[in-house]
Amino acid sequence: MSDDLAKKEELAKIDFKPPKKDWTDPTIEFRKGSFNYGSNPKNVEYLDLPYAREFDPRKEDWNLPDNWKEIILEGMRDRLMKYRSFRVFMDICVRCGACADKCHFFLGSGDPKNMPVLRAELLRSVYRRDFSTAGKILGKLAGGRELTPQVLKEWFYYFYQCTECRRCSVFCPYCIDTAEITMMARELLHLVGIGIDWITTPAANCFRTGNHLGIQPHGFKDSVDFAVDDLADLTGIRVEAPVNKKGAEILFVVPSADYFADPHYYGFLGYMALFHEIGLDYTFSTYASEGGNFGLFHSSEMMKRLNAKIYAEARRLGVKWIIGGECGHMWRVLHQYMDTMNGPADFLEEPISPITGTKFENAKCTKMVHICEFTADLIHNNKIKLDPRRNDHWTVTFHDSCNTSRAMGLIEEPRYILRQTCNKFHEMPENTIKEQTFCCGSGSGLGTDENLEMRMRGGFPRASAVKYVHDKHGVNLLTCICAIDKATLTPLMEYWVPEVQVGAVHEMVGNALVMEGETRTTDLRSQPYEREEVERDD
Amino acid sequence: MNALYAFITVVILYLVVYLGVGRMGLETFFGVVIPYAAIVLFLLGFVFRIFGWARSTVPFRIPTTSGQQKSLSFIKNNNLESPHNTVGVIGRMALEILFFRSLFRNTKAEVKDNERLVYGPDKWLWAGALVFHWSFLVVFVRHYRFFAEPVPGFILGLQSLDGIFQIGVPVVYLTGAALLAGVTFLFLRRVVIPQVRYISLPADYFPLFVIMMIAGSGLLMRHFYKVDIVNVKELAMGLVSFAPSVPEGLGFIFYVHLFFVSVLFAYFPFSKLMHLGGVFLSPTRNLANTNRVKRHINPWNYDVKTHTYEEYEDEFRDVMREAGLPLDKEESVLPLEKE
Repeated sequence: MSDDLAKKEELAKIDFKPPKKDWTDPTIEFRKGSFNYGSNPKNVEYLDLPYAREFDPRKEDWNLPDNWKEIILEGMRDRLMKYRSFRVFMDICVRCGACADKCHFFLGSGDPKNMPVLRAELLRSVYRRDFSTAGKILGKLAGGRELTPQVLKEWFYYFYQCTECRRCSVFCPYCIDTAEITMMARELLHLVGIGIDWITTPAANCFRTGNHLGIQPHGFKDSVDFAVDDLADLTGIRVEAPVNKKGAEILFVVPSADYFADPHYYGFLGYMALFHEIGLDYTFSTYASEGGNFGLFHSSEMMKRLNAKIYAEARRLGVKWIIGGECGHMWRVLHQYMDTMNGPADFLEEPISPITGTKFENAKCTKMVHICEFTADLIHNNKIKLDPRRNDHWTVTFHDSCNTSRAMGLIEEPRYILRQTCNKFHEMPENTIKEQTFCCGSGSGLGTDENLEMRMRGGFPRASAVKYVHDKHGVNLLTCICAIDKATLTPLMEYWVPEVQVGAVHEMVGNALVMEGETRTTDLRSQPYEREEVERDD
Repeated sequence: MNALYAFITVVILYLVVYLGVGRMGLETFFGVVIPYAAIVLFLLGFVFRIFGWARSTVPFRIPTTSGQQKSLSFIKNNNLESPHNTVGVIGRMALEILFFRSLFRNTKAEVKDNERLVYGPDKWLWAGALVFHWSFLVVFVRHYRFFAEPVPGFILGLQSLDGIFQIGVPVVYLTGAALLAGVTFLFLRRVVIPQVRYISLPADYFPLFVIMMIAGSGLLMRHFYKVDIVNVKELAMGLVSFAPSVPEGLGFIFYVHLFFVSVLFAYFPFSKLMHLGGVFLSPTRNLANTNRVKRHINPWNYDVKTHTYEEYEDEFRDVMREAGLPLDKEESVLPLEKE
């Protein structure tokens, strides 16, 4: 953790009183710890995007193209026609303020421009001036604001302080979704070559190598082989984990962090153990070695470009259908965008679990099933043997990721799995889970080191809820089904609630899973079970 | 400051009707021309706005799900919060439009000492908004009695229900008082809550002041100035039958009422008040969560540049072969074989 980050006692002193300064003043200070670095021009070029150049947000001159204003306004006009959401959301907000204290960034910073309503007004004020009758005539009096380079900088600052989590839309009487507005604003900024490197570079990597981390095919194969070895050491069982295997029944796509980062990796081991135990005929793919999609945080076109490989690979390998691993924004793309963008998947079959025979009616068109749906169905049909006592060293709570809860409604499946695999499970307070879940504070491409203070602030509401169940029930493991969560809740917990670790739901499955012929005494993290109890009952 | 701009605008509008009717005697202009113009503006503007929205496409199915999806048989779907069919969507929309479901969920967050965030229920906005909108609707519907002869039974029923407490002569309508109370509450929370005051524009205060003028003048007419409602009805019937005539003795306060009603109608389509129409059109709420069941079509879906598997294998063929990964094409093997 960065040394210059303030102490948590300091950070938790949050002043919600709005400043004297009127919000229409766009001046902002790019304070260390609260913004992300600009895109590397090499990768902007690699993706064939316009106006690639070195760009440092802190510099006075952003070297905007001469006709930047025209480009932005034309881009707005275009998107107002393409997206009814955008147009309606620009028009109907009544500024009731119900969304204000629903945003984790507002709760963690007190900055009024982090109230969803005001974040949207940053764009809406320009819309009113240039696209509404009243604004064209009355200008400032009708709440209009001229688009200036300073306003553009303000957009950059605040639309990269929104994680597109959609929590505000749950409370809005018109379901105005700030994620939509943020997506539009980011697309507009990309039109003049403004973006952040933590999104552009993973997108470029993903385009080239198939995954955000830029891992090449042999590297992927190595990671999988390594995991097979690890699992053999842990369980005494050498599983098969086919890669690029034509004719497998199922293509399995995970976020790349699952096979490369900690604590994701334990969940990855969990998947492999599970698939071995039920004898699933599946394959990984090096080409589709990323379920996540930073294109979602970039533009709808980039999302489509990166997502295309999943169906393409399913077709090439000749699989019947697809399972997707634990990841939040990945599932927003798969659930709400993939079929529309890159479908129809008429070359695949309607998913049927080869183990239980269950038809996944809810995925019959997209033909992609969430791993939690798949596993919950296995457990419900008694197809696997579980010993939840093997998770007794964990007192578990569950963090819903924004996208699986609010853009999918996958709420009970992971809970069902956790209740069957863990004896000690406690929910966080109801205002902080399920459809009201709080973001980790680092989603939508904001999980950078340079943005650490803002991340700790944005994650404060989540951390505060974890602390509550830690104090009350002794919770020591925060499980989740999102790769960004696993990566960023870890430092968040280190900062706010250091006693709590982060884990995957399928890590719990992997621990509890009784495998035929296994010889194991530790969990997937090589920590010994609390053996006495287990042996006594055996 | 923004409240002041709105207030000044309302004062100017008041002066307009004061000078126009009180001083210059332009009863016909204010009693006929302006109401007609306002209605025309309202209708055209409303239709224009709805068509404007409808012209924009809905490229993706993006419902905000606020409850459990329909997936496995043993997991209960919440069809009102995450609808899987049209019935669910209608239910979800009805709950929102009739009962303000989302505002009912409202909470207030506070930071307590020891780095703790706590959330308390906050139903004030929900209650205030319900009182305001429902009483406004009833008041609006009640006014139909001025435009129909004979007055339909349900209006009379509504009227007697509204005056059920039989307070005063003529009886006080509950909704009249509630409307004034509701609009006052909405104004007060706007100036009292610092965050809400910070975000409020003149366009947020203006309709509140206009509605205060309407409700206030209405109550004054009924209970204090006792406007002759036979005359009022004559004017109203004339307007709806397109044979307008302006009876004598309607009184200045009536013109204030009518003028501000006209202002509200004319202003409506060009303002945030269009949330009345827009609430039906949010793609985040009016679509079912059937994303993986039925393919949603994007009318402007276009081909994009992708990195195909062939290009990928061409770039990585050597390392793939070395790692023992299966290949689609083996051509770079050929030079090796020649050796």
